[in-house]
Amino acid sequence: MTDIATYNFAYLDEQTKRMIRRAILKGIAIPGYQVPFASREMPMPYGWGTGGVQVTASIIGPDDVLKVIDQGADDTTNAVSIRAFFKKVANVAVTTDTGSATIIQTRHRIPEHPLTAGQVLVYQVPIPEPLRFLEPRETETRKMHALEEYGLMHVKLYEDIARHGRIATTYAYPVKVEGRYVMDPSPTPKFDNPKMHRSPALQLFGAGREKRIYAVPPFTSVVSLDFEDHPFEVQTFDQPCALCAAENVYLDEVILDDHGGHMFVCSDTDHCEKRREEGHRGHLASETHLAPGNMEPAQ
Amino acid sequence: MTDEPLLRVSALSKFYGSRVGCDNVSFDLWPGEVLAVVGESGSGKTTLLNCLSTRLLPSSGTASYRMRDGQFRELYRMSEAERRFLMRTDWGFVHQNPADGLRMTVSAGANVGERLMAVGDRHYGKIRATAVDWLSRVEIDEDRIDDEPRAFSGGMRQRLQIARNLVTGPRLVFMDEPTGGLDVSVQARLLDLLRGLVTDLGLAAIVVTHDLAVARLLSQRMMVMKDGRVIESGLTDRVLDDPRAPYTQLLVSSILQV
Repeated sequence: MTDIATYNFAYLDEQTKRMIRRAILKGIAIPGYQVPFASREMPMPYGWGTGGVQVTASIIGPDDVLKVIDQGADDTTNAVSIRAFFKKVANVAVTTDTGSATIIQTRHRIPEHPLTAGQVLVYQVPIPEPLRFLEPRETETRKMHALEEYGLMHVKLYEDIARHGRIATTYAYPVKVEGRYVMDPSPTPKFDNPKMHRSPALQLFGAGREKRIYAVPPFTSVVSLDFEDHPFEVQTFDQPCALCAAENVYLDEVILDDHGGHMFVCSDTDHCEKRREEGHRGHLASETHLAPGNMEPAQ
Repeated sequence: MTDEPLLRVSALSKFYGSRVGCDNVSFDLWPGEVLAVVGESGSGKTTLLNCLSTRLLPSSGTASYRMRDGQFRELYRMSEAERRFLMRTDWGFVHQNPADGLRMTVSAGANVGERLMAVGDRHYGKIRATAVDWLSRVEIDEDRIDDEPRAFSGGMRQRLQIARNLVTGPRLVFMDEPTGGLDVSVQARLLDLLRGLVTDLGLAAIVVTHDLAVARLLSQRMMVMKDGRVIESGLTDRVLDDPRAPYTQLLVSSILQV
């Protein structure tokens, strides 16, 4: 096994980090604009967060505390691996606690716990171009962004309503940043879109395969696109979390057996565990063997 | 008709290297007037049309367009953003192949509504009502509104393309062989429809066609092109009934009689 000393701090070499930081700064200066950057090969396959990892590697310092989530969970393969990776190559402190993290790398969720000033949320982005499936030519979509021609984005929402009677887009829901650029918020559920609006935390987006970085600086307006007579609305759940009884949070459906048994639990595992530590109990909380992650025994 | 033209074209030329696309074309187009550009394949008709609609930049020459505020603006000095805005509001472009002018993977209603949404319309109900209205005007059944153009016949696609272009109330429409590839009965209905729309809406149009019958039906004025040059122009009836240039005489006498 190679000794850790053979890696530069946080894996990437300093030149690469400078290049990525420049892209990040440009992205922050032009909120929502996709900045091309020279994405590097990372020791993981495309689609596993190579963009997010490069952004994190470029901004992380020895004093940072890193949290990594995958679909809200701290204990899934991707989250565990990336956390272990930075622990090894940067020797930084890691945590699952949203409040004490300084950098949170995320795939497809924004934590339920409100973010604060000074925190950085790093998104892993598979497809940064919101217009991609409507207009396949990158030359054309870049022109459309440049000229602020966003009628096509509404064509997509129109199609949703025409086919389903409502806007059926539930994730990667397009937003307009600071009244200018239309941006793909990465495949987060639209439930999380309102959290992006005027967030005190810095939000950085890295797309490794597509070689694009974009950003939403703190306290920036992020508005979800909609129609006057079909306004934007988030998902609602008709029952609370089965483990911690939380309401107004994003829930995952977990299949319990092969007889149709299922439960809805918080997708944010840290949030769910905190609530249970505080004594909140859902209707399935006593059945510890059903719970995802490591749980304390029921009282 | 007002006393000022809508479009002034002066000495327009386009060269592809040493080859001539169109050479030294000048004309004025008046509001509500339909101008046909005829000639054989390769005579520069489409090059001319593409230059006028700013899809191509000419090698030399000027074209100025009278905007809605009455001011003439030179097309090739406008910014790309202004040209593209003009293209989706005040102008229309009907392609020979409807697939080039339509989004084949979104519904007919969205195809018609796209221009409205592009100019800032954000009310679904109103957009849809306008789409229904326009589909009926081009004789497409209302219950086809959520179908993709892929499921439409050639004639329907062409009519849908026309609706999509006219929904923002343009003043000038460019048409490149609008009836090409359609069978004669469909062609006749489309021409009838186009003639009605052009008259009702007071549209000005530049129609490129190699079909002299189309030109006679639709246009008031006609330009005949050969090898990139305009060899004859005048009132459509005059040119077709009393062709002066030898090539025009050949063209007119080549029409097949049934």
